[in-house]
Amino acid sequence: MSTHTATADHHDAHDHKPGFVERWFFSTNHKDIGTLYLLFSFLMVIVGAAMSVVIRTELAVPGLQHVSPHFFNQMTSMHALVMIFGAVMPAFVGLANWMIPLQIGAPDMALPRMNNWSFWILPFAFTMLLLTLFLPGGAPAGGWTMYPPLSLQGGANVSFAIFAIHMMGISSIMGAINVIATILNMRAPGVDLLKMPIFCWTWLITAFLLLAVMPVLAGAVTMLLTDKFFATSFFNAAGGGDPVMYQHIFWFFGHPEVYIMILPAFGIVSEIIPTFSRKPLFGYQAMVYATAAIAFLSFIVWAHHMFTVGMPLGGEIYFMFATMLISIPTGVKVFNWASTLWRGSISFETPMLWSIAFVILFTIGGFSGLMLAIVPADFQYHDTYFVVAHFHYVLVTGALFAIIASIYYWWPKWTGRMYNEKWGKFHFWWTVVFVNLTFFPQHFLGLAGMPRRIPDYNVVFADWNLVSSIGAFGMFLTPFMMIFIFAHSLKHGAKAGARPWEGARGLEWTVPSPAPHHTFATPPAIKPGDLAHDDVTH
Amino acid sequence: MMQARFSRWVVAALASMPLAALAADPVPWQLNMGRGVTASAQNAYEAHMLALWICVGIGVVVFAAMAYAMFRFRHSKGAVPDTSFTHSTRLEILWTVIPVVLLVIMAVPATAKLISMYDTRESEMTIKVTGLQWMWKYEYLGEGVEITSRLDRESDRLRQNRNATRAELEAHPAYLLSVDNELVVPTNTKIRFVITADDVIHSWWVPALGWKQDAIPGIINEGWTDIREPGVYRGQCAELCGKDHGFMPIVVRAVPREEFDAWLASKKAAGQAPAATPGTTDDAQGTEPADPQAPEQAAPATDAASAV
Repeated sequence: MSTHTATADHHDAHDHKPGFVERWFFSTNHKDIGTLYLLFSFLMVIVGAAMSVVIRTELAVPGLQHVSPHFFNQMTSMHALVMIFGAVMPAFVGLANWMIPLQIGAPDMALPRMNNWSFWILPFAFTMLLLTLFLPGGAPAGGWTMYPPLSLQGGANVSFAIFAIHMMGISSIMGAINVIATILNMRAPGVDLLKMPIFCWTWLITAFLLLAVMPVLAGAVTMLLTDKFFATSFFNAAGGGDPVMYQHIFWFFGHPEVYIMILPAFGIVSEIIPTFSRKPLFGYQAMVYATAAIAFLSFIVWAHHMFTVGMPLGGEIYFMFATMLISIPTGVKVFNWASTLWRGSISFETPMLWSIAFVILFTIGGFSGLMLAIVPADFQYHDTYFVVAHFHYVLVTGALFAIIASIYYWWPKWTGRMYNEKWGKFHFWWTVVFVNLTFFPQHFLGLAGMPRRIPDYNVVFADWNLVSSIGAFGMFLTPFMMIFIFAHSLKHGAKAGARPWEGARGLEWTVPSPAPHHTFATPPAIKPGDLAHDDVTH
Repeated sequence: MMQARFSRWVVAALASMPLAALAADPVPWQLNMGRGVTASAQNAYEAHMLALWICVGIGVVVFAAMAYAMFRFRHSKGAVPDTSFTHSTRLEILWTVIPVVLLVIMAVPATAKLISMYDTRESEMTIKVTGLQWMWKYEYLGEGVEITSRLDRESDRLRQNRNATRAELEAHPAYLLSVDNELVVPTNTKIRFVITADDVIHSWWVPALGWKQDAIPGIINEGWTDIREPGVYRGQCAELCGKDHGFMPIVVRAVPREEFDAWLASKKAAGQAPAATPGTTDDAQGTEPADPQAPEQAAPATDAASAV
């Protein structure tokens, strides 16, 4: 039924693209909307990175030199909001838009008009969020988690930030509905669920996570809103409420959110590693089930973010054990990636480099995550730079590395041009050096006792902070490297064939590069070898 | 050079804090968690080290296997992919069971440690800790002694001077980690803390004692410590609490029991009169029934304050 809308544009055959305004503002084309999402996400990466540069500049040496503590708090809070909701999540939705229809042989997303809407909400949401920086009293400064009562001490920014979060949530929910509807209804004949590319699987599961938890976040921030402006007392102890209840509700959203930002990344590297190992993904079904297991567990571990709020002993023990369990399916994934390499025929093109770095560095983030689950030790780690190091390892060298890997990997398909391999590798090695300089020393700082979210510190913390800041300044150059590399590729890159990677499997490689404006207007007839996972025995 | 700076710091620390145990954190270029001076800190350290070594072990095995694969099975060396190696039930069982065993090895001692860290029974004294923007209030329950503890003046001066030089900051070795009124406690005494807050959430954390506990308005949390060695132990608020979150340090001075008793007696003698009229309105919570000296008329003022 929904295919009617998808094919309503009757210029399929000759790849006719509409005019600029119609194409980019009223677009219902999954590829164009995917491009919009990715461009928006890239812009937000630069904005968020600029904020992190403010943070690291202030923290480079002890003493307060450049910003006020209040502005520093605005930067840490906004950096997180922009990076999570503006950069990582939209990037994955953009990749879903581009790739899911191509991977399952569908002509478009199931709900193309809603697709347009879910994208175009975002620029407004973030304009509003970012404009709070210019309000009297500034932007939200109570942390991205917005714990009351502190967050309620903010001025007008509270209402703007909450409204912006509502809009992002609506956008995410619509994106998730679209992914679910597309995957469940629009697979080409022969693309059975258990033959589907793993990227589609991880996104399908992510979409259910989004559907489940974005409304929870909306509820939590709405209660904040009424506490602030309508004299309710959900989180106000003086009125019979409970500030800790907010944290429970928030992290019931927040923990699945963590997996929302990493499961599609798992999917991406599970596409790339087999391609450059020239060997199918090891344990495909185990990967699918592990993803589902992680998603399930993500709902029942939320309070490990709150080990120091004074939960009863039984609660602490339960959340410790449940959290430790997550390392089992996550371990299965890592072992499967390593086994995919085993007895392969490995080459190290840029997407592969990013993916291998993902496996190693994400695993390091996983290790620190496991350590954080151990409650007696967490009493020390909690709210220190150790935590900051941990979540940047999983979000930067995890999610962001996978996103960059996917851009290099699918760029030839999107544009019909190859990038310059030498520069891609330079970009990679530069990033690996500086990202580790930035975040690895933060483990040491946390263990030595430096709390997170402080604008100044004792001289004793100075050395590692300087190292970390140098790393951050190096990192800040990388988005500009990307602009250069991909702009150069658009102009001068070598022409890419339909299957630019020798080992690549999947329907997206059966269409020409660049992918025509409309693909799979009629369902493809699947030939042996088209699908990466057409052998259901593994 | 690193060594020189280290020893300079140690000398400075020795000079300024005659009571400081050198084991106490932090030191420049510190890499690992400190061992602290309490059983809880020892627990945290041991749980941390066990988890760390297990992770290092897994990491070495996995990364070595990956490195070997990447070296051995290179396309450029003419490696031929074994496309049939895509599934192995044996391996899958192995890499599920071994991690489960490792988790149990971590979970069992962690649980035992946690249980002991939660056991606040048989404490010999209780101190009420109240977090406020941006200071700590300490009350020796039943003793009528109350202390307000803020960032020391020199740190406050330095942090507000944008042009403070590195030398100036280094000249104050406890920059941002010292207070006007330290929390004085006896060693070898099980001290129970009841922890709350007046305005927003704070978190009371002294790394050498081995734990942090959130201070939440409207909720009273518990913690305990039993400090083995006399010394000055420094910490900071660990929960974002507004603009001066980075500027509400915690300093615990642990002294032998006799010294503490003498200090407490002097404090009582000196503070009798002022203690009966608790200070300014903005830091008066005063609803705790445990405070026998709180004047009746403080209650309405408190309600008004917390309704803001």
